[in-house]
Amino acid sequence: MVRFALARFGAAVFVLVSISVLVFLIFFATPGVDPAARIAGRNADQATLAQVQAEFGLDQPLPVRYALMMKHLFVDRDLTSFVNRGVLVIPQIVHAVPVTLSLVLGAAVLWMVVGVAMGTLAAAWRGRAADPLIVLVGVVGVSIPVYWLGEVVNLVTQSRLHDSVFSWVPPLGYVPLTQNPAQWALRLLFPWLTLAVLYAGIYARVLRSEMMGALDEDYVRTARAKGVSERRILIKHALRCSLIPIVSLFGLDFGALVGGSALLTEVVFGLPGVGRLTYTALQNLDLPVILGTVLYAAFFVVLSNALVDLVYAALDPRVRHV
Amino acid sequence: MTATADRKASEDSPAAPTPIPLAAVVTSPGPWGTALRQIRRNRSAMASLVVFFLILVVCLLAPFYASSIAHTDPFASNVAGTTVIGGQTVPVLAPSTTGLGLGVTPIGPTWDLTHYFLGSDGQGRDVMARLLYGGRNSLLIGFSAALLCCLLAGIIGVLAGYFGGVVDGVLSRLLDVVWAFPVYLLAISLSVVLLTSGVRIGPISIGAGSLWLPVLIIGIVYVPYVARPIRGQVMALKEKEFVAAAIGVGSSDLRIMRRDVVPNVAPTVVVFLPLMTALSMLTESALSFLSVGVQPPQASWGTIINDGLDLLYTRPAVTLAPGIAIALTAVVLNLFGDGVREALDPRARLRGAG
Repeated sequence: MVRFALARFGAAVFVLVSISVLVFLIFFATPGVDPAARIAGRNADQATLAQVQAEFGLDQPLPVRYALMMKHLFVDRDLTSFVNRGVLVIPQIVHAVPVTLSLVLGAAVLWMVVGVAMGTLAAAWRGRAADPLIVLVGVVGVSIPVYWLGEVVNLVTQSRLHDSVFSWVPPLGYVPLTQNPAQWALRLLFPWLTLAVLYAGIYARVLRSEMMGALDEDYVRTARAKGVSERRILIKHALRCSLIPIVSLFGLDFGALVGGSALLTEVVFGLPGVGRLTYTALQNLDLPVILGTVLYAAFFVVLSNALVDLVYAALDPRVRHV
Repeated sequence: MTATADRKASEDSPAAPTPIPLAAVVTSPGPWGTALRQIRRNRSAMASLVVFFLILVVCLLAPFYASSIAHTDPFASNVAGTTVIGGQTVPVLAPSTTGLGLGVTPIGPTWDLTHYFLGSDGQGRDVMARLLYGGRNSLLIGFSAALLCCLLAGIIGVLAGYFGGVVDGVLSRLLDVVWAFPVYLLAISLSVVLLTSGVRIGPISIGAGSLWLPVLIIGIVYVPYVARPIRGQVMALKEKEFVAAAIGVGSSDLRIMRRDVVPNVAPTVVVFLPLMTALSMLTESALSFLSVGVQPPQASWGTIINDGLDLLYTRPAVTLAPGIAIALTAVVLNLFGDGVREALDPRARLRGAG
């Protein structure tokens, strides 16, 4: 296990370094693009361009420039925006992280609970009417754009039915957990539901097919022959084994969420997280901010994936020998 | 066709030496034929295909609709324009009646195909016409990106799986990095740098506002999703007797890859194509929604949703229509893709029946 953990983290470090090099090449070495003009923002004056030139060592060889970029990002953490003059990028990101984590963790809890319940029921009721319905919900889940679903939710809860059924829904925005836990949960409720609805269908679908496989296994037949009750077989035997691939899927999706759907959900629901920060920077072409959020988010995703792989290996010893 | 013709020929001429085995060989439809038969019997897959073609045809008729039915230019703003509703001439953008009375409210859906069927957007452009033009772009980008992705993934997967060693090491690490990089962040980084200046790789030059830029970006970011399974499959194929026999006979690497490996991984690529088309289209719409995909004045379903953002509470049709179009197209592509997978991958068929 220790050897596996070391190997896994070695791979993660390699990927981290490669991603930072890739981002560096995209931002600073794309052929035909002047990095100084990009970073300084639209219609920058000569002095700003010169400042960017000096700060990122744009007249120096590539490895020096890479080192300078990493120094600004992770050592001195003094990357500044040129669009919003003098605003430090890293503190902005640090400030936005709790919002994104609140959104993603809450949605993850919801979709895991709902998805596992739906998948188990579908497997228990295989062949009945509910079963193909869950399969269809899974297909619809991967097909609806999450940001669009969020807008429809807003349309219903904030405008069309706001005077009647949804009069209790607070306006869009974020309240920190430490300030008012009830408001925190209430304001995040619909963003959580929006994200979770789509993923719950996918998870139910995957879990269903895993459990179908598990129910055909020999150990289930043995349990039946011993006289174990059908409910106990379903939960103690089939579900337990089928949850292992779900953990691995969860790791991938959790990472993808931070760098993808969460970004879109934050934009739609006006949550001031890392995704919205990236979005605002995109609107202003504020490249230092994008550089910062992309690298920090990518690092978070890689590390959380490595962590999930470790949990996976702890659950399923077969994986350790690959 | 040929099978029946041959059978008839053998029946007509009793002199044919071995009619029965010959007919048996000729009528065997082969793996592709079996799959085709299988998918023809799959009702949800065939219904999905029909719906998809309907969407495609309607979107391809966009220029005809704009010029001959709605008589509008969906790419020019029409702020001062007027239109006719129920015999009355009304401005396309009416002064706002809510709030402070500032700004304008575009007309809502008229449900009249000749005048602003789905209403107008904030610039007085016909949403229906833009929806059709946008669909053309969304479908074109989705399909081209999926094709590019499957092509690149096929080449990388086959090379890495077949040669192994250093080639596999380098290619696999490359795939690992792209795989670990969150898709939207990679796409955003690429877009924000390229969209303002375009890209020039050797003789190929892609302009800043070109549709091929999102195709290129989306095609690249999804390569690992397809290349990894193909690589694994090729590695397993290399252990098979027929490849060993081909090596023993002295076939060149190129010949083995072309004759023995590629035909065996082709079904996998085909299975991925409709699913990747749906995924690419969804990604395109999200990027366009974030304003780093299709650039104005061009439209795609994602950019129309973005146009509708400010009008959500007053004119929700601008947002709702393209979203429904995206979801419907993605659902039918995914259902069709599932059908293709069941038809081409017998193991999946067994699992589905289990």
